[in-house]
Amino acid sequence: MNLVERYDLKVVKYFIVMASIYLVVGTSIGVYIASELAWPFLNDLGTDLPYFQFGRLRPLHTNAVIFAFGGSALMASAFYIVQRTNQTKLWSNKMAWFTFWSWNLVILLAVITLPLGLTQSKEYAELEWPIDILLTVSWASYMYNFIMTIHIRNRDKVPHVYVANWFFMGMMVMVTYLHVINNLSIPVDWFKSYSIYSGVQDAMIQWWWGHNAVGFFLTAGFLGMMYYFVPKQAERPIYSYRLSVIHFWALMFGYVWLGAHHLQYTALPDWAGSLGVTISLAMIIPSWGGAINGILTLSGAWERLREDYILRFLIMSLAFYAMSTFEGPVMAAKTVNALSHYTDWTIGHVHSGALGWNIMVASGALYHMVEKIFNVRLSQKLLGIHFWVHTIGTVTYIVAMWVSGIMQGLMWRAYDEYGTLAYTFAESVSAMHPYYAMRAAGGALVVLGAITMLINIIITIRKSVREQASAQTATA
Amino acid sequence: MSNKNGKESLQVKAEKNIFAMYLLMAFAVSLAGIVEIVPLFTNPDAVKDEVVMPDGSTKSLLWQRAEGQKLADWKLGDGVRPNTALEVAGRDIYQREGCYLCHSQMIRPFRDENERYGHFSLAVESKYDHPFQWGSKRTGPDLARVGGKYSDEWHILHMRHPQALVPESVMPKYRFLDSATVDGESIQAHMRGLRKVGVPYTDGDIAEAADLLKGKTEMDAMVAYLQSLGNMIKFEDGVVYRE
Repeated sequence: MNLVERYDLKVVKYFIVMASIYLVVGTSIGVYIASELAWPFLNDLGTDLPYFQFGRLRPLHTNAVIFAFGGSALMASAFYIVQRTNQTKLWSNKMAWFTFWSWNLVILLAVITLPLGLTQSKEYAELEWPIDILLTVSWASYMYNFIMTIHIRNRDKVPHVYVANWFFMGMMVMVTYLHVINNLSIPVDWFKSYSIYSGVQDAMIQWWWGHNAVGFFLTAGFLGMMYYFVPKQAERPIYSYRLSVIHFWALMFGYVWLGAHHLQYTALPDWAGSLGVTISLAMIIPSWGGAINGILTLSGAWERLREDYILRFLIMSLAFYAMSTFEGPVMAAKTVNALSHYTDWTIGHVHSGALGWNIMVASGALYHMVEKIFNVRLSQKLLGIHFWVHTIGTVTYIVAMWVSGIMQGLMWRAYDEYGTLAYTFAESVSAMHPYYAMRAAGGALVVLGAITMLINIIITIRKSVREQASAQTATA
Repeated sequence: MSNKNGKESLQVKAEKNIFAMYLLMAFAVSLAGIVEIVPLFTNPDAVKDEVVMPDGSTKSLLWQRAEGQKLADWKLGDGVRPNTALEVAGRDIYQREGCYLCHSQMIRPFRDENERYGHFSLAVESKYDHPFQWGSKRTGPDLARVGGKYSDEWHILHMRHPQALVPESVMPKYRFLDSATVDGESIQAHMRGLRKVGVPYTDGDIAEAADLLKGKTEMDAMVAYLQSLGNMIKFEDGVVYRE
């Protein structure tokens, strides 16, 4: 019996295709707004229209890449992994389809409302309250179905729940908390609400959400992918079970504290910020433990990296994961934060995680699933192009933001020989121009890579469908 | 993995019982919030609204509004007050246009920020900010104390065409604010909503809003909001505003 008959995979296929479409859309908007910062006339698309301005499109970019692309990739892989590792069909295929359609409806509504300026003005939680409620329902259906699928496994065949599932579940639990608590607000009409929190408390809750959207949605969930697809693609067991256990619980307990490091030197009481920093520094240990666990899974099989591009995506993603989980604690440290906060360095850091870690591990996961589900080889040539174009684009982006971020920070605090500020703010803005252009170019390469992936996945699926059709006529 | 005495560890039990694992996770991820966030609500020091003056007396940083006083009776430096109706309209536009994505409203206690933007920000200054607008990025300058720094005329020209005044600027043009008018009734509804979340508006403040907003454009509202930023408290020498 092949995979497609044994498991509910149609919904996984749909999520895979949507994820690769949303990646193209989300990164394209990113390149557009990056270009607006380099060439501000792009804000004026259509005279006096606000819809394409930076402030309206930036939330659309972040929502599209995090929730549309990231969410679809997470849902595709969670529904795939939970069935494979527990050797059972989904608890409810129907509910999975509900998750699919409701999630995509949320995205459609985001695409409409965000350019219209309907926003709660909380970063990564911009969507207004009716959409938030829909998102909660969609997310709950995803979580419930996932847990129940694990619950109905045959316990004699699969007594232990595999580690990838823990990571997915940890993400589901925490994101539910975060989303509900951060979005509590009083509606004044259908499209406008005011947060029930204000000032300091709101700042803390927002960054508790903000950092854990990264820590759970983009880290724990994507580590779930890593813990399944790296061993599968390498055809070796995970390097260390014990390290997985430590990695998992340290992440669950530790990540949640980090939000406060976004608010150092602000009006947030010092003790809270310092607590955030202390735990941030300690988080290097579990993060690197996890990265090492993934990379060393390859020990004894390193030569496979030479020909297996999917494995290259997965392993390169871990290298970036290790890099940005080192960079994060460094930036959280007080003296560095004093310089890096409010600058492009933060944007660079986010993108070393998003482009280097998230897109790469998700691409590896999506490619792996396409080959397994459709039982066909992807175009190796296109895979190779995607890998290199994406890697070069990512590095270009990060380097541009390192330079511009550190330069901004230094210019703002520079004094001349008379003891007055050396630069006006405007001078720091014009100094950024070459790096903003460079960042847009790096981003454009990422878009190019994403288009390659979409094309590769679509032609491969069509090839598989054609082959099946001819096989059927042959047997008939 | 079992312990030396042959009993199953908690980890192994959780791996076999998914609901137990669910509860363990829910517990592990809650701890930080309980320690880090809850005290901000329970401890009044998190938003200090009183200072000790050099002569030993205490002074409130909040506007001490007398019975029957209107929002318009507030004078510069009287203390933190709720936004006027026009400023609420302006703040809504500030949110709508995503200004917070490029402008912070949180000055840190560093010499350079002090000289560039003014006195460091206090928690009490965003007491009525639902949600907070501290921001996280300075693609443009901090706005926490932009109020009173430029004339209304300057702001209007700058909004219409930022590059005309600051050639290096990458800010979009906001000419469309000129032609849009503010709707008094919806701002009244917004003020009622803000009152529900804790902003101390009186019935009178809300009732007079519709009249005050008649004929006002979004540009007027935006300028009013910007001019209100950061000058509610009069900072005095010799007073400790933050330990």
